[in-house]
Amino acid sequence: MLYRESGQYKTSYISDQSIFPIREDRIGIAIIGVIAIVIPFVASDFFLNAIMTPFLILALAAIGLNILTGYAGQLSLGTGAFMGVGAYSCYKLTTIFPDVNIIILVLLSGLFSAGIGVIFGLPSLRIKGLYLAVTTLAAQFFLEWCFIRIPWLYNYNSSGAIEVPERRGFGDIILTGPAAGAMTQYFVVLGIVVVVTLAVKNIVRGRIGRQWMMIRDMDIAAELMGVRPLTAKLSAFAVSSYLCGVAGAMFIFFYLGAAEPSAFSITLSFQILFMVILGGLGSLVGSYFGAAFIWGLPIVLRAVLPAMGIDIGAETVFHIATMVVGALIIFFLIVEPHGLARLWSLGKEKLRVWPFPYG
Amino acid sequence: MDFLYAIFIDPFIQMVELPDFLLQVLWEGFVAGVLYALIALGFVLIFKASGVFNFAQGIMVVFAGLTLVGLHEKGVPAYLALILTIGVMGLLALAVERFVMRPLVNQPDIILLMSTIGLTYFLIGFGEFIFGGEPKQMITEELGLPTGSTALEIGDGGLLILQHIDIAAAVIAIIMVGCLAVFFNKTRIGRALRAVADDHQAALSVGISLNQIWAIVWFAAGIVALTTGIMWGARSDVSFALEIIALKALPVLILGGFTSIPGAIVGGLIIGIGEKIGEIYWGPLIGGGIESWLAYMIALIFLLFRPQGLFGERIIERV
Repeated sequence: MLYRESGQYKTSYISDQSIFPIREDRIGIAIIGVIAIVIPFVASDFFLNAIMTPFLILALAAIGLNILTGYAGQLSLGTGAFMGVGAYSCYKLTTIFPDVNIIILVLLSGLFSAGIGVIFGLPSLRIKGLYLAVTTLAAQFFLEWCFIRIPWLYNYNSSGAIEVPERRGFGDIILTGPAAGAMTQYFVVLGIVVVVTLAVKNIVRGRIGRQWMMIRDMDIAAELMGVRPLTAKLSAFAVSSYLCGVAGAMFIFFYLGAAEPSAFSITLSFQILFMVILGGLGSLVGSYFGAAFIWGLPIVLRAVLPAMGIDIGAETVFHIATMVVGALIIFFLIVEPHGLARLWSLGKEKLRVWPFPYG
Repeated sequence: MDFLYAIFIDPFIQMVELPDFLLQVLWEGFVAGVLYALIALGFVLIFKASGVFNFAQGIMVVFAGLTLVGLHEKGVPAYLALILTIGVMGLLALAVERFVMRPLVNQPDIILLMSTIGLTYFLIGFGEFIFGGEPKQMITEELGLPTGSTALEIGDGGLLILQHIDIAAAVIAIIMVGCLAVFFNKTRIGRALRAVADDHQAALSVGISLNQIWAIVWFAAGIVALTTGIMWGARSDVSFALEIIALKALPVLILGGFTSIPGAIVGGLIIGIGEKIGEIYWGPLIGGGIESWLAYMIALIFLLFRPQGLFGERIIERV
């Protein structure tokens, strides 16, 4: 009734290959777009600052990891560190070029983390699976060490943390720094994330993306069919680290405002990995679902548990939230190992034949 | 030139000039290595029997230590607390088998890995919820473990200081590995475990209960975790920071191979000693603190030459 593609004929290749071939999908995405634009005008600054902006940034990071793990099949536990590379290189760039628009610098900083990602991706040509996870752990701990031990990276300031300077752009709007408005930051993040997601969607369904998936499904067969493992794997590492780097730079510049090296610890890597797995490996929309779930759940629990009359301290709530997240992860893995994205597509299937039980 | 000298010659001169210090470093590395090996042993037990890469081994160490100390704080006598903790680890094993492993049987590796990371989060939250997040003192004396230290004199005036608890740790680790070896090779259950490790379906078809076996290996891993928790807790504190240290077991496994118990021990010792020597003699050259990643780098370089580890079975890919 509501969601059905019957009767929608495609008369050209362009319409057949569009990202949203079904009219209802286009309407749906338009509604989501309108909501995304309206939210800042109705929601409080807290909601924007603490929920929406980090959700979008983490979704981008999850997409980054999803490229590597979901599309190219290379398990990585170093996402947090690659985000850190993006953040620190953006910090250095804005110190060196104070007059350049910060958005350009954020997008450029991803290139540095892409370079680092390629270097740490080199072992993937020889090592697979869990063994590769250990080499990415090497990246995680080594880079974290660099953030602490190389004072040049944080401009030799005594605290060892990086603080985001105030930067203006687009006329005289304050984009970063403590004085920046929640709405401005939200829109900047939204813009970057949407544009990058579209670009990634096109990479993924194009030649490069199909090569990644061939490598993931069976690397030997892919090699026999003319896919070069070297270029396919390293390009996956490069794109993935680029996205993580951009996400990391935005994480600092548009969300945290200041960060110590511990912000990019292995905990962050695990968090993003959870988003990818729970959202669905090899699914872009799943990355958004996963990010919303993992980021939102503790916040919701912290709000709901006291409201339910369970009067406990903030620390206990935090512990319970950790526990519930762990239990829910196991639960989801048991009931739906393919993640929320699979639930989403199952829901669409159901909707397609609704209200009749069989199509 | 100076830099090359500092890298290639100076550290060795230091080693020769102060042999007692070198021995001390080696001993420290050895003890750390024993503890890494113990954590890795827990990983290997579960990996061998179920093919699950148990990320939660680190948190199980913390959890076991916390339960022991927490029970003692509630007024339970030390030895009774020890027995009760073993019981708790048994319950945990049963629960994990029933609620995590059984429903997830036959899933791809990465899903099983993720489920153990989920278990890690659950246990972190659970442990903090019950025992609080603060580091706790291990009840070393109450358990009858030796404290204090002996200073050995070597050569002319050199001193080697051995903590008694470290010696105890090494001895207990050796005894435990021996017991496990006997258990694996001589008992009925041990033989069943090896059968499951070899081939799940073949084991099932000769009447071995997979569920039972999994519960047993998780329990065995729990006991190993408890021992590690006591030993490590006695050296520092029982705290959740241990969880990060437990990740060091990964490079140990890489060196030793995922399926080999001797490999876990040798790998643990190599990583422990290599890390300490690297930190003491080469660390200052690049700013110190390299202990946090050196182990992974050693493993990474090692992997490039021997992808299956020291004792691992050769990886053969069939198409």
